[in-house]
Parts: sequence; structure tokens; C-alpha cells
Amino acid sequence: MRHRLSLQIGPVAFRIGSAWKAPLDALARLYASYPAPADGLADFTVRLEPEKPWRRFFRPSVAIQGDYILPDAAPLSLAHGLLAAEMGMNLQMALGQKRYLLLHAATVEKDGRALIMTGESGAGKSTLAALLGERGWRLMGDEFALLDMDNGKLLPFPRAISLKNGAIRVMEAQVPAARFGPRLTGTPKGEIRHLIPNAHAIERMQEAAIPALILFPRFGEAAAVRGVGAAEVFMRLTQASTNYVALGRRGFDALTRLVSTLPALAIDYPDTDTALGLVEDFRQELAA
Amino acid sequence: MRNAALLVRALRDPASVRDCDWSGLVSAARAEQLIGSLAFRMEGRAVPARVASIFEGARRDAAHARTQALWEAEMARRALAPLGVPAILLKGTAFHAAGLEASVGRSVGDLDILVPKASLDAVEAALVGAGWERMKEKGGYDDDYYRRWMHELPPLIHRTRDRMIDVHHTILPMTARPKPDAAALIADSVTLDNGLLVLSPADMIVHAAAHLLADGDLAGGLRNLWDIDRLLRQFAAADPDFWLTLSARAGQHGLARAVHRAARLANDLYDTPVPEAWRTWNGLDPLFRARMLARNGWGQESRKALRFAFYVRSHWLRMPPLMLARHLWIKATRPRASA
Repeated sequence: MRHRLSLQIGPVAFRIGSAWKAPLDALARLYASYPAPADGLADFTVRLEPEKPWRRFFRPSVAIQGDYILPDAAPLSLAHGLLAAEMGMNLQMALGQKRYLLLHAATVEKDGRALIMTGESGAGKSTLAALLGERGWRLMGDEFALLDMDNGKLLPFPRAISLKNGAIRVMEAQVPAARFGPRLTGTPKGEIRHLIPNAHAIERMQEAAIPALILFPRFGEAAAVRGVGAAEVFMRLTQASTNYVALGRRGFDALTRLVSTLPALAIDYPDTDTALGLVEDFRQELAA
Repeated sequence: MRNAALLVRALRDPASVRDCDWSGLVSAARAEQLIGSLAFRMEGRAVPARVASIFEGARRDAAHARTQALWEAEMARRALAPLGVPAILLKGTAFHAAGLEASVGRSVGDLDILVPKASLDAVEAALVGAGWERMKEKGGYDDDYYRRWMHELPPLIHRTRDRMIDVHHTILPMTARPKPDAAALIADSVTLDNGLLVLSPADMIVHAAAHLLADGDLAGGLRNLWDIDRLLRQFAAADPDFWLTLSARAGQHGLARAVHRAARLANDLYDTPVPEAWRTWNGLDPLFRARMLARNGWGQESRKALRFAFYVRSHWLRMPPLMLARHLWIKATRPRASA
């Protein structure tokens, strides 16, 4: 490929090739403080290619290609090339990652104990993880939680945090401008801006943590907390996992172990301060 | 890595692969659906830790693929059992069901079965009754085209398991020049200990060669040729007369040319042991070879012109000129979503 970039994020190495320079320049800026893969190899390859040969120059259109692809994925405009690269990496993880049980969840850690936050898009897990990451917690990831099936620990996968719409302004008020990527407007998911995790999160991205609590946050409701039974947690986590079925017995054993040893709570919150307060209460209860 | 030669070498002679473009090898193997086969070939060899972990995952995936393929075969068997018609497993599922060497690391996409043409309607009705659904609009151009001209029903997909089944009544489209003897394929099929049916060894090769060379544009060709290599090695080792049987059978199905070319290509790329008499010179073989290798170390398709030539050839093999013209016209003028 004409332009190329290698990235190591947590335990996973990516190789990204592109027909255009701009998306990789943006990506390189976002991941400037991440180390390159020490072995120079890649777990996954992502390619950004013109949708048709003439769409390299004429109305450029970026098709997301790579080791694993969705045949009917819509191409993006070149202005959204950075998003295409990020989506390409997500796709490799969702379809190709078999070393860890993958949960669509945000994870943060404090004092060696990790919090797993999962829920549908818009539940606020990325925003909460980003905020907690600025308040003394270590951000482990806002998109995928990687569960090591051998020892039950969580591995960090601290990609740039993909902030959407309202969450962008929340974080802009708290974090210096240098830690943001370009503002991407008019994407299929609305406005998107990437936030670079802080140095603490990146330096410790090889350090696993023991999961301690599962949260199902839901934004926009009056404050409420309820316990969630193991059966419901199990079902919701199988739905939140992209590779649970493919992992067979190993996936089942790891997930049942997680679910039967961890408390789980559903929290509704009207504003982020409420949610942060609740999380802090839970942490103190767990520590006590 | 400008072409897939490294992938072919790694499959043929795993010991020869040491310092190489590992990421390129992995991407090419994934793109050619050969990562599982490669992972088993390379098992126990010194490879970088990251690659070892990728191979380990691929071997686990292969085990899952096998379970899933055999389960799908069992679901179809149950759905069709009341009809009492033979349903013969084809391709990957058959290799797994029979525990053949070709099944080691073999991924399986759809379930392919062969049934007598006279039973097609009953088989389709039984499958639809058991939860499979039509993917093509009934009575539409595609549906009609499949039913009139293809060697299989329009694909059906299972409502809850999301897996496709292709129900064949022969092994080449009706429009292709060779006319395989479908009745003989069924008559000489083999019943396995588990009660499932597969083609006879010679017919398995004939089908694989027909699929690779007498139909389609050689997409996935390296994988299909790897199947042929594994099958030929195993069958020839088990039966000293296998090559004679294969020769006669290929002639009976009108597929001698495809079978001979497949054997030559397998010998050329994978070092498959092939009798001296089969190793004749053919001026077109280098083109087939180049087309098979048209994949670079980023997993991209290369040699676009050659690929296009084989694409054109695939239509030429399938359709007489007037029919082809009509087919292309309809495909080109209808809305893209349904293409």
C-alpha cells in the first residue's frame, strides 16, 4: 500500500495501509504517544482503498477493507478517512479477535480493580469512561473489554475515545485541546471527535486488571440503582460479545466465571455528576 | 510480497519458512481462506510469538467451523429424512464428515448437498418447512435464472442459524458444455459410518476440479486447489489404481480436461505427486497459475486485468453468447441493491 502505519494498542498490533496520506496522518497524530509494535508484526491488517479505482481522485470514497470485512459496509468520504481507519480496526477486533473474550464495553481501573460498563449505544459508557479517566481512574478502553479466558483478568485496549455529539462538549470543557483529534461532522453517527487517553492510560496499556463490578448505565433517566441477577447479566453480556459463540466452551466458562463472581448493577442517571458520584460510592463499598 | 507464492510455499513446505513477511503471509492466508490450513501446517514450528498466537486462534476457529458444519449437515439430514431421498454432502462439509486430510483447518461457508433432480421440489419444500428461507425473490429474474439454468436451487438461508444451504442436482450449470453424469454421482456415493453420504473419492476430485476450473472465475482458487492436493495424496496412497479410476471417471463426466489441469496445477504449486503421464505441457497453465497467485501481502487482489479475463471466461463457460448478452443487459440495467 502507498501509505502505511503500524500501531500497538494494548496486546493488539494493527497494520493500516491507505491509498491516501491524509487519513494516516490524522491517525498518526492521534496515536503519536503509543509505541510501535516491538516485533514489527501485526495481528490485523486494515486497508483504506478507493471504492472504485477512479474514486481515488474523483470524489474520493474510502472503502474499509482488511483481513476481516463486512461485505455491505458503506464507504466513507475522504474527510472521514480517520473514522474509516478506526472503524476498520474495530471490525478486525469484532470479527477476528479470538484470543480474548470480547465484550462491547468500556472499562476503567483503580487500585487494581476494574469496572466494566456496558449498554447500548447512547447509554453513555464512553463518556463515563472518559470522565473517570480524568478523575483518577485508569482508562482501559471505551469500546472493547478484553477478557483473558485463562486467568479471568481484563486487558487494556485504550484506543482513542470516540466521543459523539453532546459528549464532545462535555469533554472539551475538561481536557486540553491538544488531546483531541479533528472534529468530524456529518458522519453516519453524527458529529465525532476522538479524545486521546491520558499518558497514564497509555503507559500502562500492557497492565491487566481484575474485574470487580459490572455496570449497566443508562443516561437520561431519574437517578436509580437496581441489582441485576446473574442470569440477566449473562444474557446481556452474551449479546454484548462479538465472539462469544465462536469461542465455544472456553467463552462460556470464562463468562460464567465472570458473571458468578461479580456484582452487577443497572444505574440510571440524569447527568454525569450523578453517575460519577454513584461510581465513587460503589468503589468505596467494594474497597470496604 | 507481490503475490501469494510465499503462502503456497508455506503450505507446501512449512520447514522452508523462517524469516519472512509474516504479516503478509497471515493477510494473504486470511484472504484466501487458508489461515486454518496454514495454522495446522505450521503447528509446532518456530514462528514469532504473535504469529504463533494467530495460528493458535485459527486452529481453534477451525474446530468451531467443523462443529458448526457438521451440525448444519445434521440439521439438513433431519429435515430431509422423511423424504427418503439421498442427500449427498459436498465440498468442505463432506471432507469434515468423512474426516479426510482435506478437512484439517478447512473453513466451511455454506452447506452444499446433492440430491436427485426429480426430488428438488420436495427437498426445497422440506427445507422451507424446517426453517430455511428463500433469499431471492420468488419469480424474480435471479430466482428464475437459478431454477432454469443453474445446477442448484436459489440459495436458502436458515431463519435462526443464519447459515446458507445450496441444494445441487448436478455439479455444473445446465448451460456449461460438459454434462456430468449426475445419476452416477448419486449411484456411486459412499455411506459413512455416521450415516451421512459423500461422493466417491474419484467423484470428489472431479467435483473439486469442475468447481475450480470449469465454473467460476477462480476466486478462492488456492484453497480449492489445496483441497485437491490433500484429496489426491490421500486417495492415491490408499488405492494404487486411483489414477486409473480417476481418469475413467473424469472422462465419464466430460471433465477430463479440468481434472488433468487441476492435477498439473496441484503438482506445480503444491508438489502433489502426479503420474508421469499426467504431467504434460500446456500453454495455458501459466495463466491459471498466475491467476491463482494474484494476491499480495496486504491481502489485496492483484493482476486486475488477468482477474478480469478470468471473470469474462467464467461467463463464457456458463452461457452461450446470446444468453450472456441478455444476462449482462438485465444485470446492468436493474437497480444496484438487488444485484
